Amino acid sequence: MTPVKAIGGVLADLTPRRGGDNLSWLAEARFNALEWVGQHGFPSRKDEDWKYTRLDPILTVPFEAAITGSGLRVSAELINAASVDLGGIRLVFVNGHFAAQFSRLTELPAGALVTTLASVLATTPERLEPFFSHTPGGRHAFAAFNDAFAEDGAFIHLASGVTVDEPIQLVFFSDAEGGPLMSSPRSVIIADAGSHATIIESYAGINNDIYFTNAVTEVVLAENAQIDHYKVQNEPVTAFHLALLKVRQGGNSRFSSRSVMLGSSMARHEVRVLLAGADAEVSLDGIYLPQGEQSHDNTIFIDHVATNCTSHQLYRGVLDGRGHGVFNGHIMVRHGADGSDAHQQNKNLILSDHAEIDTRPRLEIYTDDVKCTHGAAVGQLDDEALLYLRTRGIPMAQARGLLVYAFVQEMVDRIELVPLRVQLEKLVADRFAKSERSVEP
Amino acid sequence: MLKINELRATIDNKEILRGVNLELKAGEIHAIMGPNGSGKSTLASVLIGRDGYELSGSVEYEGQDLLALSPEERAAAGIFLAFQHPVEIPGVGNMYFMRTALNSLRRGRGQEELDAVDFLSFAQERMKLVEMDPTFMNRSVNEGFSGGEKKRNEIWQMAILEPKLAILDETDSGLDIDALRIVASGVNALRNEGRAMLVITHHQRLLDYIVPDYVHVMAAGQIVHSGDKSLALELEANGYVGLTPSLAQVGVAP
Repeated sequence: MTPVKAIGGVLADLTPRRGGDNLSWLAEARFNALEWVGQHGFPSRKDEDWKYTRLDPILTVPFEAAITGSGLRVSAELINAASVDLGGIRLVFVNGHFAAQFSRLTELPAGALVTTLASVLATTPERLEPFFSHTPGGRHAFAAFNDAFAEDGAFIHLASGVTVDEPIQLVFFSDAEGGPLMSSPRSVIIADAGSHATIIESYAGINNDIYFTNAVTEVVLAENAQIDHYKVQNEPVTAFHLALLKVRQGGNSRFSSRSVMLGSSMARHEVRVLLAGADAEVSLDGIYLPQGEQSHDNTIFIDHVATNCTSHQLYRGVLDGRGHGVFNGHIMVRHGADGSDAHQQNKNLILSDHAEIDTRPRLEIYTDDVKCTHGAAVGQLDDEALLYLRTRGIPMAQARGLLVYAFVQEMVDRIELVPLRVQLEKLVADRFAKSERSVEP
Repeated sequence: MLKINELRATIDNKEILRGVNLELKAGEIHAIMGPNGSGKSTLASVLIGRDGYELSGSVEYEGQDLLALSPEERAAAGIFLAFQHPVEIPGVGNMYFMRTALNSLRRGRGQEELDAVDFLSFAQERMKLVEMDPTFMNRSVNEGFSGGEKKRNEIWQMAILEPKLAILDETDSGLDIDALRIVASGVNALRNEGRAMLVITHHQRLLDYIVPDYVHVMAAGQIVHSGDKSLALELEANGYVGLTPSLAQVGVAP
């Protein structure tokens, strides 16, 4: 395969390994994806959906595509420290490739399959063809790049009516000692009619490593299926993280996703939900906490196509230091999507004079029978509340921490998975205990 | 305990306090009355260290220069304000808030901090003073509380922090007669010879329940008249108009 020299940036010099492409459809899909990138280039600030995303560093670092078995320092201790062990099944990927020695496979109910993308490519590749061939590599260069490079990730299939009680944990760990690495995990989750599972994606790595995670997760829910999804992004501040979570919902299905962004120098979490069947419900929560020089981008597109679907978005950010946040939430209600109910709320707390938030709610509505609300707020700590706490003897720094924590806590409280909530409470509390206190009012 | 000397406070080029003189001794209750805009609440704000005022004159508290201290240092030194408008703080639990506050004070005094269990029993006992429902401990600070509940919550906090000098700013405002009685009895239970209180109010009514040793009338940023508790009754009967000569002295029309 030819590297796409025509496009800008060093990423263009990368050539996919020919993983799995004794399959002609896969080779073709990878080729098409790269060709598309070659024609269209990487997104720039001129693109509506990338207007506020700081991509320059990703396009200038000479990343190498990670290969199986790369990562020499990774250990069970590091992985355990970076994720919470929820006890059930746990797939660990190192630099985007399955690491059996750190994973735990438990017995699952009949009809539930939790395995790796690589093993499906090796045994029943036809199951993946629709995901690679029909991915509109077109719309988005990084998703196309994932098409071209993805070799492994999680593959989950729940047959009709199957419920997996224990949460399914996916840990994506990076170890880029040898130099800047790009990993391209690709996960596919297929929930047949009436099935139900809880899935957690965690992303972490080793401090000071320079790497780029370019992840794509696709979820397909059939009628009456339910998936509760969580994502914890806690990559080191020397890493870059771009992720696309693509969801397609059938009639009366339920999808929820709670995302917490703590790490990375530059992170973007994009969620695209297609409400294709009537009466489907989606609920998206997000917390983002950029500080220092971090940039956290939440881009959401919810496409109301079918009738009587409900969507909720609740995003909160705390911005400190020179941190930069983006909330770009787009709701589309198509012609004929009568009875749509769409709500969006974004609140931001700015702690320093140098922090920045771009918040952009977008509603596009092509039907009359619709209920939509949206709101965006940007504020600072409430001086009156600070004074109140201080008059009770609570020192300034602690009073500030308490108020910031409270702002985030309301979101953390919405996480129903108790061990995960406890872990996040700790991560968030640690973050604000040592957060930079830029201005003394 | 507290000696206020020629205290002046200006905000946005407007002088609100125009030379306040006042002295409180331990065990005494002083009431400050006066019309709207006379500077009563500003005096409370300055005493607890609210930002934004240009100050002159002096305030001596137990031998220290009070004006040099931050709000939290004043709290640590034993000063407490029951706010006229208690602040709602979503997401911060009432009990966690008070435990953090009490432990900050205890740490400052070199005392051992209370753990959640010990604090809980202490806090519950103190709630009885103001007939508060224990469920209020699990709610966010003042969030969704009625006016009366907020005021009771202030007195509960005072009962926990056990200040040396308590300032009650319009604690009676917005209370019906039953709530007023409960709040006042909580305050009275906290009266003791080591503790001074400064009770700011509009209405004589509160002083039927919290009987002061001294009553001061404030007008146009000064204390224009001082007396014993009978002064409050006089004000009730004649209004502030009866004090015209004093008001005239400070150059303000009645």
